[in-house]
Amino acid sequence: MIDLAQALRAALRQIVNLDPELIQIVALSLKVTLSAVAIATIIGFAVGGMLAVYRFPGRGALAAIINASMGLPPVVAGLFVYLFLSNAGPLGVLQLLYTPQAMIIAQVILVTPIIAALTRQTCEDLFEEYREQLRSLGASSSSIVTTLLWDGRYRLVTAVLAGFGRAIAEVGAVMIVGGNIDHVTRTMTTAIALETSKGNIDLALALGIILLAIALTINMALMGIRRLASNFAYA
Amino acid sequence: MTGAFGRRNALRFALAAFASLALAVSMSRAADDFIIVQSTTSTQNSGLFEHILPLFTKKTGIEVRVVAVGTGEALKNAENGDGDVVFVHSEPDEEKFVADGWGVKRYPVMYNDFIIVGPADDLAKIAGLKQAPDALKKIAAARAPFASRADDSGTHKAELKLWDEAGVDPKASSGSWYLETGSGMGATLNTAVGKQAYALTDRGTWLAFANKDDFKILIEGDDKLFNQYGVILVNPAKHPNVKAKEGQAFIDWLTSSEGQTAISSYKIDGQQLFFPNARPQS
Repeated sequence: MIDLAQALRAALRQIVNLDPELIQIVALSLKVTLSAVAIATIIGFAVGGMLAVYRFPGRGALAAIINASMGLPPVVAGLFVYLFLSNAGPLGVLQLLYTPQAMIIAQVILVTPIIAALTRQTCEDLFEEYREQLRSLGASSSSIVTTLLWDGRYRLVTAVLAGFGRAIAEVGAVMIVGGNIDHVTRTMTTAIALETSKGNIDLALALGIILLAIALTINMALMGIRRLASNFAYA
Repeated sequence: MTGAFGRRNALRFALAAFASLALAVSMSRAADDFIIVQSTTSTQNSGLFEHILPLFTKKTGIEVRVVAVGTGEALKNAENGDGDVVFVHSEPDEEKFVADGWGVKRYPVMYNDFIIVGPADDLAKIAGLKQAPDALKKIAAARAPFASRADDSGTHKAELKLWDEAGVDPKASSGSWYLETGSGMGATLNTAVGKQAYALTDRGTWLAFANKDDFKILIEGDDKLFNQYGVILVNPAKHPNVKAKEGQAFIDWLTSSEGQTAISSYKIDGQQLFFPNARPQS
């Protein structure tokens, strides 16, 4: 019934033929996911770094909430964003529902906790190591955060990649807030879901293979940059 | 593979990357002239929209963005104002939607029919029965697997009505032979094929469905399997953001002779999927 070799051939055919619909879908997937990861990285680095260094009441609770939010089901995030962006919701006037922007918002909610939690861990480990030195230099907390983030930059690539992995693979949230509208909000994952439901298993698998290839390429590119940069730094 | 071929492919990839960027930029400038239609999975999965919407857009310049969910969810989303037009298939719910003031007026557009499909070996021996409820009775008696949408869609409501007429409460057997998938038509058909289960489906989705395995149409032609589609403009008095002019233009086109011809011209393997039956407008 399902022929993997046939799916692989279909995937290759799609890539080589540069199917314009496929390009549009891939472009939207990347646009949404990369935008969401970029925003989540800025927030996540800041929140994670501050949680590692600053001491304030409720710090432990906040860290626990962020850790738990790493497991937030995408459908729940999607529903949450839908309720706000719906015309019956408080932000309905913005007319953002069923747009790529709504999808980006939903993915930021999903990705930020992952990047923040991993950043906190990385910065905390580094802070453990360098606490005495940094304090003896009389560094302020905010400059310590910046120093730790800079020092941990190669390890933080992994945090960003974890966030990217979650966002590019996610279907539940973008389906609800994007609506899977052809040429407007159809991404790789929602297209895979749609083709599966049409019984086009080969095409769905082919799209899955292309999605994997793209994720692999981006991972290798970032890892490559990381290796080059660290070789250069410690050479 | 020659080096020249590799270079050509590399060039293609570079072009693809460039085209992706250009597309991403162009997509961020969304067209203003569009409407959102809340519709059902059956109209999307059957491929009807891909056939008729470009014709409408070409004539009017209005882009139609379809959100395909079950009838129940489509009406709910429209009540929230998240759509300009609903295009669904559950007449009592559509009438209620209009009566409650959420919709302006309901127009019948087209019909097709439901069918019961099942594996070729037909465990419950229902093939050829004239009455759909009789078939369901036999399925229940044989405790043969049956996959239900269970998602408050038009097809699901039609199925529940047939069980009711059969005098069977399938919910009592939920999880044993009655499988409630809670998903769209195509996903439910995939489950049915995987579990060798019977299923009620609209004919359009079935004809377009590509993962049929050895499944066959076992029950068809009963009057109770009639499946009427209707279209409604969401009430701008309730939701001022509704694009009433553009939405009504879409409804007028669907029910015009041009739109009706477009619907009847959609065929898969020579078979017509939907039969237009709009009333002539005065």
